[in-house]
Amino acid sequence: MRPCGIFDRNYGQDMAIIRTWQHWASLLGALVILYLFPLFGSYYLVSFINLAAISVIAVLGLQIVSGYCGQISFGQAAFMAVGAYTSSVLTTHFGVSFWLALPLSGVVAGAVGAIGGAPSLRIKGMYLAMATIAIHFVLIWLVLHLEITGSFKGLYPPSPTLGGFEFDTDEKMFYIIVSVMLIMTYCARNLVRTRVGRAFVAIRDNDLAGEVMGINLYYYKLLAFFISCFYAGIAGSLWAHLITVVNAEQFTLLHALEFVGMLIIGGMGSIPGVFFGVLFIKILNELVLFTSPVLAGAFPWLGSSPAAAMGLIAFGLAVSIFLIFEPRGLAHRWEIFKASYRLYPFAN
Amino acid sequence: MLGIDPHSIIEIRKLSLRFGGLQVLHEIDLDVNAEEVLAVIGPNGAGKTSLFNCINGFYHPYEGEIIYEGKDLTRLKPHKIAEMGIARTFQNIELFSGLTALENLMAARHILMRRGALAGSLFFGPAKSEEIAHRGQVEEIIDLLEMESIRKKVVASLPYGQRKRVDLARALCMEPSVLLLDEPMAGMNVEEKEDMARFVLDIHELKKIPIVLVEHDMDVVMDICSRVAVLDFGIKIAEGRPSEIRADKRVIKAYLGED
Repeated sequence: MRPCGIFDRNYGQDMAIIRTWQHWASLLGALVILYLFPLFGSYYLVSFINLAAISVIAVLGLQIVSGYCGQISFGQAAFMAVGAYTSSVLTTHFGVSFWLALPLSGVVAGAVGAIGGAPSLRIKGMYLAMATIAIHFVLIWLVLHLEITGSFKGLYPPSPTLGGFEFDTDEKMFYIIVSVMLIMTYCARNLVRTRVGRAFVAIRDNDLAGEVMGINLYYYKLLAFFISCFYAGIAGSLWAHLITVVNAEQFTLLHALEFVGMLIIGGMGSIPGVFFGVLFIKILNELVLFTSPVLAGAFPWLGSSPAAAMGLIAFGLAVSIFLIFEPRGLAHRWEIFKASYRLYPFAN
Repeated sequence: MLGIDPHSIIEIRKLSLRFGGLQVLHEIDLDVNAEEVLAVIGPNGAGKTSLFNCINGFYHPYEGEIIYEGKDLTRLKPHKIAEMGIARTFQNIELFSGLTALENLMAARHILMRRGALAGSLFFGPAKSEEIAHRGQVEEIIDLLEMESIRKKVVASLPYGQRKRVDLARALCMEPSVLLLDEPMAGMNVEEKEDMARFVLDIHELKKIPIVLVEHDMDVVMDICSRVAVLDFGIKIAEGRPSEIRADKRVIKAYLGED
């Protein structure tokens, strides 16, 4: 759906995502506000955005392998752990700079992911989901038992430095994390609208027809897993150097489920949907955190730690409601809204 | 053999396919000649679609071979066969349902495009110019098959006849040297059939490629095909010009039964 009165004169214009000066203005305005945010935003909001941006990167990866390529993965938290540990091991044991460790952890996680995604060559759907859960537990078992990953004690990666400047607070890390997130979003959005992205969707929608179109299923499924886990690895590395503590308890199956939940609520097969989903779940978690002590006070018979249970209940309820009433997620709602806004005051 | 054009593009020799105890194809010999429209007809379950599935690599026969321009493709995988220039459509329309008609056609140009994940991620530069170049080619096919109005529609939302057309356009977008059409007119009304027949003839005229089609509608087959092969229970019972086939006793028997 195009805004009225805007006509394309060549295919380049037809493909453009940012089409009008209003788009450019709002994008640049949003970027300026985002980059100035740590100067006036509260510490609470800055660290919220940091964690949300890391989740966005991980879920972008999941969007590519599950939303676009149709290979359901519950391994994203474990692949994030691979990235976090790779980055931590490289910086603490080998003295590698963060700036090199960041892409390397993406590549290592991607390679592990491509191996982990190998079952997708044989199995689909629910069975693949089970296999990725198994991969999750294998990877977490490994980091708990290997000497180099500090077994159950974990690792303490340093804060990144750049020419004597140390990114040792959430406000300073904000700039690294948000910049990486923006680059990763740009790449993901472009990937899915070009040749490789179409090959992924072809595999998701109709793998037999895809093969007849000359798409090598094996290669592209593994590539989808590689790219997805590259994203997870980058997210893990950023996480490690933001928190500066890495241990296996930070990467549970629950986190992987949360990523899948974000994907469902945001909308499968949509890059903006990743942002909707992450923000929805993150804000929901914060609301639960605020309201659960109030609820615990009002209903003392609930027990001593209702917060943890409340969070899970709210998450499960939200995902169920979306699956029933809007399986295409918030991104679909957003598209409907945009279409009707552009047609206003006409029908629809 | 019929003197139309002795140069054959696909040579099928003693092709036999079996699923367990079921003999689907039995020693099929068939040539697809350059620049012909060949119809493969036969009653339900005769093995017509199975023959296509053998040619494009979904099934691997236990005996016999399929030679395409001098190369044996009997054991190749479907995506390799696609790269060699054999495109097909499907009886039950197997489109990429979540994509628009245009994106379906662009997806079909996968083998003709080169840019990988990295160039695609950056977009500006090589990937963009490649997208624009191939978009131009795709638009020509959209023009040929009169699909301008459905270009940006998600194919899952299109009516049956138009999805059939997207399926044909998608095969054409691969710029194939052989086109296999599996029941292109199934389930269409007369008007849609006429459109489709016109498109098949247009494609044949324009691209000068052999077209093999499986079809049940005898009027269409007799009108647009230069040669007909008849299968019955996996055996080729007749082959020849449409007029010869119409008079063939074994063909009439296969379709109508014995008195």
